[in-house]
Amino acid sequence: MKKFLSKINRRDALTLLVLVGIFAFFFIMLQTGAASHQFKNMIIPMTYYILLAISLNLMVGVLGELSLGHAGFMSVGAYTGCFLSVMLVEHFPDLPMFVYLPVAMLCGGLMAALFGVIIGIPALRVKGDYLAIVTLAFCEIIKTVIINLDFLGGAIGFDTDKIVPDRNKALTLLPYAAFAVIVSAILIMNLVRSKHGRAIMAVRDNRIAAEACGINVNFYKVAVFGIAAFFAGVAGVLYGHNDVLLKSSTFDFNMSIEILIMVVLGGMGSNMLGSVIAAVVMTALPEILRDFSDYRMLIYSVMLIVIMLFTSAPALAGIRERLSLNFIKDAVTKRIAAAKAKKANKTKEEQK
Amino acid sequence: MSDRKTVMSVNGTEMFSPPSNILIPTRDEGKKPVLDVRGLGIDFGGLRAVDEFTITVSPTEISGLIGPNGAGKTTVFNLLTNVYKPTRGAILLDGHPTAGKSVAQVNRMGIARTFQNIRLFDQMTVLDNVRVGMSNNTRCNFAESFLRLPGYFKAEKRSRERALELLSIFNMESEAYTLAGNLPYGAQRRLEIIRALATEPKVLLLDEPAAGMNPSETHALMESIRQIRDQFGIAIVLIEHDMNLVMGVCEGIAVLNFGKVIAKGTPDQIKNNEAVIEAYLGRQEKKEA
Ligand SMILES: Nc1ncnc2c1ncn2[C@@H]1O[C@H](COP(=O)(O)OP(=O)(O)OP(=O)(O)O)[C@@H](O)[C@H]1O
Ligand SMILES: [Mg+2]
Repeated sequence: MKKFLSKINRRDALTLLVLVGIFAFFFIMLQTGAASHQFKNMIIPMTYYILLAISLNLMVGVLGELSLGHAGFMSVGAYTGCFLSVMLVEHFPDLPMFVYLPVAMLCGGLMAALFGVIIGIPALRVKGDYLAIVTLAFCEIIKTVIINLDFLGGAIGFDTDKIVPDRNKALTLLPYAAFAVIVSAILIMNLVRSKHGRAIMAVRDNRIAAEACGINVNFYKVAVFGIAAFFAGVAGVLYGHNDVLLKSSTFDFNMSIEILIMVVLGGMGSNMLGSVIAAVVMTALPEILRDFSDYRMLIYSVMLIVIMLFTSAPALAGIRERLSLNFIKDAVTKRIAAAKAKKANKTKEEQK
Repeated sequence: MSDRKTVMSVNGTEMFSPPSNILIPTRDEGKKPVLDVRGLGIDFGGLRAVDEFTITVSPTEISGLIGPNGAGKTTVFNLLTNVYKPTRGAILLDGHPTAGKSVAQVNRMGIARTFQNIRLFDQMTVLDNVRVGMSNNTRCNFAESFLRLPGYFKAEKRSRERALELLSIFNMESEAYTLAGNLPYGAQRRLEIIRALATEPKVLLLDEPAAGMNPSETHALMESIRQIRDQFGIAIVLIEHDMNLVMGVCEGIAVLNFGKVIAKGTPDQIKNNEAVIEAYLGRQEKKEA
């Protein structure tokens, strides 16, 4: 076990630990019946938002490309997975959920990944704000296309109530959700700490230098589009199975922005812990502050502007330095270094 | 410079005429050139930024490319690495043309470079910067990375060890875990060289490696450049304004002015070349002198 732990990055280990803790907490709350009705309804959304946030962080924080199309990939996954589940349940009424739900997740993810690659290829031609607009447009197109597909329920919505018949949906779905989120988090973090993850971060930090190092920049960009879309699709399948009616209008610009705010709030980059915590907090907040629900998007937008200003304005560098608690980190590193030096001296003396 | 032989008479204007292998260190005699550039040129609108650029570089040669500001030196590097598509001419690396290849493919063929305006992966550690350079020489596919199969651990261990080994050229192992963006200027330049070396090139292009370095750092860099050539057995082409460094380490030098090669030769020949002195000091000043 210790050997296993030494092989994974410490920050990733902490992220995993937090994830396991969150799911254990959810499970206990549901099992003991301690969860309020309100809390119960929040549990599955929290899990799929965690997955959405880490997959978008892969795109925005690790690859460095701003995408506003995450809700679009999510909807592709949701419709694919739910359609499959409905078909399976209709034709094989005895099929247990632990068969069709994982199949639905995988297929929903793969379909979303396919769309990710299809969007990723033309998106190679644009960057920055323009890419954000392209992905946003994609999201809107998907929405419109689905509304016009009658076999997916059209404007009325796609009925998914019969797939998960259980009345205590949260408890039924939680093991699947926990499994999907933890496995996805492990896969994403593993990727980031590999040769491929380093190549992706190199593209983010300096595209020209990455090319000069022999990195196929276009390949990695499209790959990340596909991978991030895959996990967004899996999250979409969870969303669809938790809901009773899929409406394509829910997967809109606002939803993409919400996910983006989670990523920005949690801190973009190779550390996924921030995204996890921000996803949980931001899913809980609107429920808790229900009275302010009219102002939710307004509050989000203001938050986003403040964060962007705060993290980029040169005039605020001093405040950032103080708030980032770097001095604590420095003190700790110094302590550790001193302790190490002491130990080294001791062993030297002993050798003498 | 006694270990070299002048193959062609080098004097004034007759030096441009091809074949251009003006100088070959004796140890490379009889070997095919690693880099063979013929009549390379590029126009930016009406500006002939580089014209009729012809050089050959033998497999373990250290050569220099000098010239006044705006002469087109960096543009030559951008042409050699396919950042720019040449308007005229051809580049042969080990006999293979690089035309039509992408920047990344040219690197994989064996040309690595550093940048005049430093381009590091600032948010990544020094170690990871070097490992990015090793990407194409690290065998680890997506499945192995996602699932941490044994191949992943093997590749990670190998790349970490190799990266530390490379960092030791400039005694930078102790800085392996600092963010590249936080390194002092000189160290950033050295890291760029190591990262380029990590791609296992046949030809290493250094664009003003000593810029911003103090004299003692520059002196150490000269030693390192020779050490790199000896240890890796590769050719090095460097652009530099610091004449002590150029004259100190380069075996052959080409001088560029307004996009044209005005002289090629050994350091001693270049030092005394009329055209070069004129290009650097200007006609008037020379008359006064
Ligand atoms: N992409 C480009 N578009 C238009 N003109 C360019 C471009 N790149 C370079 N030039 C021009 O080509 C000429 C040569 O530039 P280059 O950067 O190669 O000079 P240099 O010899 O490296 O100079 P320095 O010593 O200042 O680095 C300059 O006049 C420059 O303005
Ligand atoms: Mg230059």
